[in-house]
Amino acid sequence: MSTSAEQPTINQPLFDQLRDAIRAESPVALATVIEGEFTGAKLIVQPDAQSSGTLGNADLDRVVTRDARGELAAGRSGIRHYGLHGEAREGAVSVFIESFAPPPKMLIFGAVDFTAALARVAKVLGYRVTVCDARAVFATETRFPMADEVVVEWPNRLLDEVGSELGERDAICILTHDAKFDVPAVVSALATNVGYIGVMGSRRTHDDRTKRLIEAGVDEGGLARLRSPIGLDIGARTPEETAVSITSEIIARRTGRDAKSLTVTEGPIHG
Amino acid sequence: MKELLDDLDRWRSAGTAVAMARVVDLEGSGPRSVGAAMAVTEDGEVSGSVSGGCVEGAVVVEALEVLATGDRRMVSFGYSDDEAFEVGLTCGGTIHLFIEPLDW
Repeated sequence: MSTSAEQPTINQPLFDQLRDAIRAESPVALATVIEGEFTGAKLIVQPDAQSSGTLGNADLDRVVTRDARGELAAGRSGIRHYGLHGEAREGAVSVFIESFAPPPKMLIFGAVDFTAALARVAKVLGYRVTVCDARAVFATETRFPMADEVVVEWPNRLLDEVGSELGERDAICILTHDAKFDVPAVVSALATNVGYIGVMGSRRTHDDRTKRLIEAGVDEGGLARLRSPIGLDIGARTPEETAVSITSEIIARRTGRDAKSLTVTEGPIHG
Repeated sequence: MKELLDDLDRWRSAGTAVAMARVVDLEGSGPRSVGAAMAVTEDGEVSGSVSGGCVEGAVVVEALEVLATGDRRMVSFGYSDDEAFEVGLTCGGTIHLFIEPLDW
């Protein structure tokens, strides 16, 4: 451990690299030695690029690069322990791996009143928001300045393009409540690995839509993936309240909670 | 850290020394997740937070010490039930912070 090649250098540009990747919303992880000989040594890890910096040992760098890519893909951060050369089940070095995953995506189909409120709340929660509607008159940036992107397109066509990029952390909210748009949008949404699919509508609209979805070939497993009618049962009335109901449902699904009032439940609040 | 970037850029370009405190581990209940970060300048300016306001004052003191000595360190804050004036998290958890100068 005494050769100069293994000494981590104080490398000012590491912060710049990290900052630029975070700003560009490009996935990046920062590994920092928090206990060990080279406390403070750092490695910047990206999915498809060579790592920058060093934790003080080339073997350790290699192992941490692999582990950090795994943590990054899962969007997790935490401490891992290694031997001086990256050995597992040893504790000479503690490394904090912090993942900066790009923001989750929310696709909102239907350029209606509820869309603007939902897009606003989704932005507060850190989503990258796309509003999509086939009607050019309604899908305008003027009406949805809070959205990151407004697309004039049929929902199913947009999903054909971007659906493969959607994952567990992302959400699709179908607010069109018009069977003509809903049914193809739901069918395309079910073909993705998106974590949440919510479909707006009254109980009656929901029943009618369910029939049409079955006619379109959607099976029971597909229907069970849908949150329809969309949202938690909090008695929401206004578009803003409905947006809170929808986003609360998304959070509860992610955490696997049964979304009751805290008043009637026990256990840690932030769990 | 994302929400700190503008402040960090401003301080770095002004040549102000900055210490960063990051939550690296949590036991039990805690208001902020692992990765929550707070920056403290040599002048005592603060950006971000690492708890619901329970321990930020103590973190500023630790961060200023880190800036003065240049020594990176782990600091933990836990629940303090019998000593009312002790610094701790009222929610009953323990947070572990890594504090270091932003010199990288």
